[in-house]
Amino acid sequence: MPTDLHYLAILPEIITAATGIAIMLLDPFTAPQHKGRLGWLGVAGLLAAGVAGAAQSGRTMTAFGGMVQLDSYSVFFRWLFFGVSIGTILISLQYLKREGVHHSEFYALVLFATTGMSFMAASVDLILMFIGLETVAISTYVLAGFKRSDPRSNESAVKYFILGAFSTAVLLYGIAFLYGQTGSTRFDRVAEALSAQGPSAFFLVGLALLLVGFGFKVAMAPFHVWTPDVYEGAPSPVTAFLAVGPKAAGFAALVRVLYSALPDMENHWGDVLGLVAVLTMTVGNVAAITQSNIKRLLAYSSVAHAGYLLVGLVARNELGISAVLYYAVVYALMNLGAFTVVVIWSGAGETRVHLSDYAGIGFRYPFLTGCLSLFLLSLIGIPATGGFMGKVFLFAAAVQSHHVGLVVIAVLNSAVSAYYYLRIIVIMYMQEPAAQVPSVEIPVPAAVALVLAALGTLLTGLYPSALLDLASRSVLAVR
Amino acid sequence: MEQLIFYSLAGATVLFGMLVVIARNPVHSAIFLIGALMCIAGLYLQMGAEFVGGVQILVYVGGVMVLFLFVIMLVNVRTAERVRQLSPEWKTALLLAGALSVELVYLVLKGPGVFATAAPEAIPALQGNTQNVGAALYTKYLLPFEIASVLLLVAMIGAVALARSRMD
Repeated sequence: MPTDLHYLAILPEIITAATGIAIMLLDPFTAPQHKGRLGWLGVAGLLAAGVAGAAQSGRTMTAFGGMVQLDSYSVFFRWLFFGVSIGTILISLQYLKREGVHHSEFYALVLFATTGMSFMAASVDLILMFIGLETVAISTYVLAGFKRSDPRSNESAVKYFILGAFSTAVLLYGIAFLYGQTGSTRFDRVAEALSAQGPSAFFLVGLALLLVGFGFKVAMAPFHVWTPDVYEGAPSPVTAFLAVGPKAAGFAALVRVLYSALPDMENHWGDVLGLVAVLTMTVGNVAAITQSNIKRLLAYSSVAHAGYLLVGLVARNELGISAVLYYAVVYALMNLGAFTVVVIWSGAGETRVHLSDYAGIGFRYPFLTGCLSLFLLSLIGIPATGGFMGKVFLFAAAVQSHHVGLVVIAVLNSAVSAYYYLRIIVIMYMQEPAAQVPSVEIPVPAAVALVLAALGTLLTGLYPSALLDLASRSVLAVR
Repeated sequence: MEQLIFYSLAGATVLFGMLVVIARNPVHSAIFLIGALMCIAGLYLQMGAEFVGGVQILVYVGGVMVLFLFVIMLVNVRTAERVRQLSPEWKTALLLAGALSVELVYLVLKGPGVFATAAPEAIPALQGNTQNVGAALYTKYLLPFEIASVLLLVAMIGAVALARSRMD
C-alpha cells in the first residue's frame, strides 16, 4: 500500500472532475434555455480549482507512490489550463446557443479535458501521463464533432479520431519499449536505469516512437497533416481550445519526459528535435501563406508556433524551458483572443470564415478588429506585445547554446509569417467592404474573454519580467 | 507435453488467421477470428498469465467481436462476397510482408539476447497472476486506475452526446 495518499496534491483535479460530474447530474434538472448556468458552474469550478492550486504554490511533494508530483511546474501549467478552459467556456456560452447545440455535455467535456491536461503536467510516471493524455484526447474527439448535423464537424471529428487513435497507439508502443528497457515507468527510475546502462537499440526504438506520438499530439511536422482539416471543421471555440490547451499540455508532458526521464540522452533527441523544429516552422508558415480560410490559416500558424516552441526545447538550457513556459502562456492568450474574434464574426452557421468576409470591417467594428489586429501583431512578434518578448526569450536561449543557424531560420520564418498576418489587417482596414456589411452582436462573456486576452497580450509584452520570473522558478522543479 | 500444447495452439492460431483473410463471407471471417483469439488466450494461460487470458476472451471475443458482427450485419454480405479478394496493392503488400518476415527470421535466429531488457520491478509473492494484477491496480497504480474511470465516463458521455437521435 503506498503511504503517500496525499489527496491534497491532486485537489485541483478533483475539483475539475467533480464539477464535470456535477454538470452532468444537474443537466436533467435544467431547462433548455438555462443551460448557460451550467457553463457558469463550470467557470466557477475552474476558478475554485485555480484557487486550490494557488494555495499549494511553493510546496513540493510527490504522491500516490511517486505517480504525481506537486511542484511549481505543475502549478504553473494548472493555472494556464484553467485559464484556457475558462476562456473557452466564455466564448462558447453564446456560440452554442447561436448554433442550436446548447447541451451541457460541452461544458462537462471541457472540464474533463482540463482534468486530463492537468494530470499530464503533474505526472511523473508514464502510465499516469498516458491516461491523462487519453482523457484529453477522447474529450476533444467528441468536442470536435459536437455539431452533429454539420458534415464539416463530422469530418473533423472522424479525422481527428482516427489519426489521434493511431498516434496514441504509437505513443503507447514507445512507452512499452521504454519500460522494457528500464524496468520502470517512473521518470526518476527511468533516468537512473538509463544512466546506468546507456542507450541501446531497444531504447532508441522507444524514444523514436515516443517522439512520433508526441509529434502528432502537438502537431509537429511531418505529423501535422491532420491539423488544418480538424481545425477548420471543428466548432470555432473547440478549435480555439484544441490549438491552445492540448497543445500546451503536450509540451508540458514532453518537457517533463525529456528533462526528467531522459536527461542523459540529450544527444539522442536534441538534434532530431532541432531538425523537426526547422521543418515545423517552415511548413507551417509556407502553407499558411496560401490559405484563404481564416481557421485554416490560424491552424497552420499554430503549427508554425509549435516550431518556435521546439526551438526552446532544443536549446537545452534553463532559459530555454522557461521561455517555452512563457511562450505557452503568451501563445494561449493571443490565439484564444484571435479565435474569439473568429467565433463572433463568423455568424450563425459559421458562414463568414473566408478572409474576404473581413474586407473593410475595420472601421465598422473598431473593438473587434482592433483586438484582432493586436493579436495578429503579437503572433508576428511586433515589439510591445507578448509574442515579441516570447520569441526574444526563445531565440536568446538558442543562441546561448550556440544554435545560431536554428535562430536564423526561426527569424526568417517570423518574417515570412508577417506577410499573411499583415494581409488580414490590410484586408480589414484598406479594402472596400462588401455591399452590405452584416451586423453582429458582441456577447458580453466573449467580450470579457477578448478584453482579458488583449490585456494579457499587452502586459506580457510591456512587463515581461513578472511572468518570466514565475516561469523560471517553475523550471527548477523539472531540472 | 507443454511443447505439444504450445505448438498446437500456435499452429491453430496461424491457421485461423489465414482463414480470416481467405474466407469470402465476412461472417465466416469473423468466426475464424474468434477462433484465433481463443487460441491466443490459450497461449496466455500457458504462460501463467491467466488474467490476461481471461480479459482476452471477455474483451475481444465477448466485446470487440460482437461489435464486428454488428457492423458486418449492416453491410451487404452478398455484395461483399463478390468483391475481388486480392487487393490491387498486392505487390506493395508482398514487399512489406517479405521485409517483416526477414526481420522475424533474423530475430528468431538471434534468440532472446538481441535487445538487452531490464528485469521488471520485483512482484510481491501472491497466489497467481490475477491477484498480482489486482494488488498492483489498487496499490501502486491506484491513481491511474481512478483516472481511468473518469476516462471511461468521458467515453460514455461522448458516445451518448454523439449518438442520441434527437436532442431536445
